[in-house]
Amino acid sequence: MEDIILKVEQLQTDFQKDNQRIRILNGVSFHISKGEILGLVGESGCGKSLTSLSIMRLFKGTSGEISGGNIFFRDEDITKVTENQMRKIRGKQIAMIFQEPMTSLNPVMKIGEQLMEPIRIHLGYNNKRAKQHAVQMLTKVGIPRSNEIMNEFPHQLSGGMRQRVMIAIAMSCNPDVLIADEPTTALDVTIQAQILDLMRKLQKEENMSMLLITHDLGVVAEMCDRVVVMYAGRVVEEASVHDLFQSPLHPYTRGLIGSVPKIGQKKDRLESIAGRVPDPSNMPKGCKFAPRCSDATAECHEKEPSMLEVEKNRYCSCWLYDKGRSLISG
Amino acid sequence: MGVLKEEVINETTINKSQYSPIKEFWKNWKRQKVAFSASLFVLLLIIIAFVGPYITPYDPYEPNYNSILQGPSSSHLAGTDEYGRDIFSRLIYGTRISLSVSFISVFFGAVVGTILGLISGFFGGFLDRIIMRSSDVMFAFPDIILAIAIIAILGPGLVNVVIAIAVFTVPSFARLIRGATLEVKETVFVEAARSMGAKKTRIIYKHIFPETFSSLMVFFTMRIGTAILAAASLSFLGLGASPGTPDWGAMLTMGRDYLGTSSHVVIMPGIAIFLTVLAFNLVGDGLRDVLDPKTKNH
Repeated sequence: MEDIILKVEQLQTDFQKDNQRIRILNGVSFHISKGEILGLVGESGCGKSLTSLSIMRLFKGTSGEISGGNIFFRDEDITKVTENQMRKIRGKQIAMIFQEPMTSLNPVMKIGEQLMEPIRIHLGYNNKRAKQHAVQMLTKVGIPRSNEIMNEFPHQLSGGMRQRVMIAIAMSCNPDVLIADEPTTALDVTIQAQILDLMRKLQKEENMSMLLITHDLGVVAEMCDRVVVMYAGRVVEEASVHDLFQSPLHPYTRGLIGSVPKIGQKKDRLESIAGRVPDPSNMPKGCKFAPRCSDATAECHEKEPSMLEVEKNRYCSCWLYDKGRSLISG
Repeated sequence: MGVLKEEVINETTINKSQYSPIKEFWKNWKRQKVAFSASLFVLLLIIIAFVGPYITPYDPYEPNYNSILQGPSSSHLAGTDEYGRDIFSRLIYGTRISLSVSFISVFFGAVVGTILGLISGFFGGFLDRIIMRSSDVMFAFPDIILAIAIIAILGPGLVNVVIAIAVFTVPSFARLIRGATLEVKETVFVEAARSMGAKKTRIIYKHIFPETFSSLMVFFTMRIGTAILAAASLSFLGLGASPGTPDWGAMLTMGRDYLGTSSHVVIMPGIAIFLTVLAFNLVGDGLRDVLDPKTKNH
């Protein structure tokens, strides 16, 4: 697991609003090893998707900008490469699957055309070879009568089929890293399971690394090797999937896991974390989670905690675990 | 029985899978009764424009001083003008002039306008501001005034009419396509295309342009009606076709003096213009209902 393929270091991403620079991502760091599935979890608005867009540098045209930190793909810092070089990385080395299979395919282009697009761009195949490759990819993602599907339009396929096509497109150039931004959120539960199975199968076959962005802890438990928990544009906890569910450290993680309803539990209301994600333009001083945290102390409201290795390979940024302080001592 | 039913279902799903946008369009198009009939008329006009010179009963330029200003009769279906020329033959000749002038001018206007609109909508920023402000300036003038100004600079003649109409067609296409581009640019599939490493030019050409194509077709058809009217107006004002040409607008001008005595000289080309413009507008309306239903209320 030491073969690190993608490493994000202290990533900062800003947006411009009313002539004000607002830092949405503040010091996000994590890494993905070869053949590993890393989960990125957090509430809506905590910067999960923005992290993936920052890696792909897909915010041209908006005011988004990476203002600090590095993203190493293999040994190259891709925050520093030109747009032209970046284009060669997108789709070829780092591919992406989006949340909405309904809207991520062009409604007026045949499936085959769309599938052949990255193949032509990156592999430089001629029409005949590209077509063969495309049909192969469709078969690989479990689409029956793939030859016919090539000539059909997206509206003729169901949501699950479309997501399969999206996966085929993303996998067509055999990328090293696949970023899946909530790939199953828009699908119904039975299809979700099929798609997840498919993604895991392909990931194993190709020994590909995967960044799985989701807010569904069930998906994380099923798919991931390691998990990074994000809150308010920061990483608050990083652990193996087993450790995280066994003994979550950060109060936010505990809250997240606690809010998943359990079978057999008799309760009228579901658990939840009180309050909401703070407004990025008006962040609280100190720990960003402190206003919602039941264990918050005066110190939490004053100073922001830093990332600590609490146990081996377990990282958490919370004052509760800072050296020399016992748990909940105040 | 149950087995039979299942087979039937299978067959229909197989048939359904052979979907073709053209068939789908044709099916919906036939349902638009008015527009469908109008499109048959437009088709007839186009055929006339092509074969016109071979089917005219008389030479449209040949004067015949024995039959001046005669009303419609069996030998002259639309009567004759002040030189005894057969108006029906002249109208048939005029179809070619009207259609080609309007088609060519709208075509060039649409090409330039579409390119500007795509650039403006996709890249935004400074380019967008320049293109949109320039078209605002052009929108500030009524089309005909703008065309007259352009012809005043270039001089009269059909070629210059084409240029003038093309110029005032550009901003409306630019604005239409810019709007559509702005909308399509934000869609997930464009982002997905970028995440696959597609170039900007490729995204514009393969993903954004096809998406705007239906609005483009509708607007193109509508603009042809406008262009025919504009070309006729310019000829009527003596800025387009020279007076002897069998152009519908020019025929109106020539006939104006005889309006009191032999009104058919004016009415016949008037009807030709009216029917043609109406037909193109009806076809445009129908196309919009079929291809671009969401802009119906605009």
